[in-house]
Amino acid sequence: MEKYILPNIPNYHKIDVYEQHGGYAALKKALQMKPDEVIDEVKKSGLRGRGGACFPTGLKWSFMPKGNDKPKYLAVNGDESEPGTFKDRQIFEFNPHMMIEGIIIGCYAMGITSAYIYIRGEYRKWIKMVDGALADAYAKGYIGENILGTGFTTNIYTHCGAGAYICGEESALMNSLEGERGYPRVKPPFPAQKGLWGMPTTINNVETMANVPLILNKGYDWYSKIGVAKHPGPILVGISGHVNKPGVYEVPTGVPLLTLINDPQYGGGVPNGKKIKAVIPGGSSTMVLRGENLEGVNMDADSLKAAGSSVGTAGLIVMDEDTDIVAVLARIAHFYHHESCGQCTPCREGTGWLEKMLHRFEHGEARQEDVEMLVEVANQIEGNTICALGDAAAWPVQSFVKRFREEFEKRVKVKEEVEAA
Amino acid sequence: MLTQENLQKAESLFKKYPEKKAALLPILWIAQDQEGWVSEEMMKYVADLVGVPYAHVLGVVTFYTMFNDKKLGKYHIEVCTNVSCMLKGSGKIVDVVERACGAKVGQTSADGKFTVSEAECMGACGGAPMIAIGEEYHEYLTPEKTEKLLTSLK
Ligand SMILES: Cc1cc2nc3c(=O)[nH]c(=O)nc-3n(C[C@H](O)[C@H](O)[C@H](O)COP(=O)(O)O)c2cc1C
Ligand code: SF4
Ligand code: FES
Repeated sequence: MEKYILPNIPNYHKIDVYEQHGGYAALKKALQMKPDEVIDEVKKSGLRGRGGACFPTGLKWSFMPKGNDKPKYLAVNGDESEPGTFKDRQIFEFNPHMMIEGIIIGCYAMGITSAYIYIRGEYRKWIKMVDGALADAYAKGYIGENILGTGFTTNIYTHCGAGAYICGEESALMNSLEGERGYPRVKPPFPAQKGLWGMPTTINNVETMANVPLILNKGYDWYSKIGVAKHPGPILVGISGHVNKPGVYEVPTGVPLLTLINDPQYGGGVPNGKKIKAVIPGGSSTMVLRGENLEGVNMDADSLKAAGSSVGTAGLIVMDEDTDIVAVLARIAHFYHHESCGQCTPCREGTGWLEKMLHRFEHGEARQEDVEMLVEVANQIEGNTICALGDAAAWPVQSFVKRFREEFEKRVKVKEEVEAA
Repeated sequence: MLTQENLQKAESLFKKYPEKKAALLPILWIAQDQEGWVSEEMMKYVADLVGVPYAHVLGVVTFYTMFNDKKLGKYHIEVCTNVSCMLKGSGKIVDVVERACGAKVGQTSADGKFTVSEAECMGACGGAPMIAIGEEYHEYLTPEKTEKLLTSLK
């Protein structure tokens, strides 16, 4: 299929090449429309956020108050720290202008005069690339004062994070941008009411913004017919783990997971012809699926929900038959414990217990009751915290134990045998 | 203290934001780039520059893992051991790195050349296993490639 976000066009990251292929035409078109018409177009396209929660983008934009009596902000989320996720970096490197064009259009639609692209500190090399692209867009008059003579003014800045997964959570991101520690905020108030510096703010993922020019260029109707109707559009799928050709692949939503894993144009199959034991479909926080249950499961919101998981960031992690499931979950639990900001007791304490218990399983020191205990601790975190990191820590544990119970019980037995001997 | 040039860079950042405090992280980056780490003295200096209490700067520096409140070795080697890298053998990469650098995870080698850290996912899972040396990513590693890479560092 044709590719739009990561097309095979040499030097597409350069502004001249981008323009030669129709770049910034969507902006010109949008600037001729009323802001509300732009929001309407995005709404009707069916675009849903690519940052993990699949929230309808047009609807989110419509929550912003109208009028220009106070400043409003856009924060573009390029924190990209969910394990298994490495797609936004491709946009920074290979198609920054499409994201930038989408940001300008978003600013126009919502009446925003300052946008910040928050990018994780580990990506400093890529921040420089985005800064270069921004400078070129400024020089061409696409950003800044009186854009293309329309009287509309907006500025776009990059902002460098400094190593904290939690800053990808939207309210932590805002605190971080304001020069604070990255602690999530209690909601409500929601960002559209009270966000950056107390002002109305929208937060969108990098890939979400890169989709916007497509919608304006070719119309919502065209866009809404790409992939599946309820979650349309091109989507960047990152495939990692046990596949022959790991990487980021652009596909329409709704492609079967097995195609993504096995097709030679995508993952290219599991090395050495091994079987798939497990798949995490959308970054480490999404629920694990068993390899034998992948038939009919596709990369879109409804299909993955029906299968008992979610799209998340579309970071597909493949594990072959030799994988130590307990060790994988222990590593995931370590991550969420390490990244918990510590504000809420269930998250701070719970993630620590989970990690400790899982290490006991890893070393064959767990008791039979511990299998249930893992799920109980996870259940107590889920839904009882300020931000969704708590849920993100709970879901892997719940799903790993539910779907690979035998792997955990096996580790218990080893100990009993040792004691009996 | 920032150099004159860096001070100018820092001050030019203030106009990006409606409040000065928002420039704190970017200014700490400038400070760390200049010195390699952020000393207590530097934190106090930055606090004055940004107009926030020293305790606030200390809180920020300790919250974010990329700000170093201690001196590091000349090369900072970070090995990702998160899931995708683990599945592709990051455990062996850790072993090679520790041996070649003469420092365990969390330590700096006696000659001050290497600091070795274990890192969380760095957004390069497709290129697993991987390490970062400063800002540079090195992907699709094997133990042999890693060893070669590290011995080539002067
Ligand atoms: C712990 C945590 C980490 C997150 N990390 C990211 C991230 O790195 N990038 C991102 O776009 N969204 C991340 N999110 C989701 C954001 O809070 C937010 O929903 C998203 O940026 C909205 O953009 P979208 O509507 O375009 O998807 C994270 C959420 C949580 C709870
Ligand atoms: S759920 Fe965890 S990460 Fe989120 S605010 Fe509470 S303690 Fe912090
Ligand atoms: S897991 Fe190592 S870079 Fe993502």
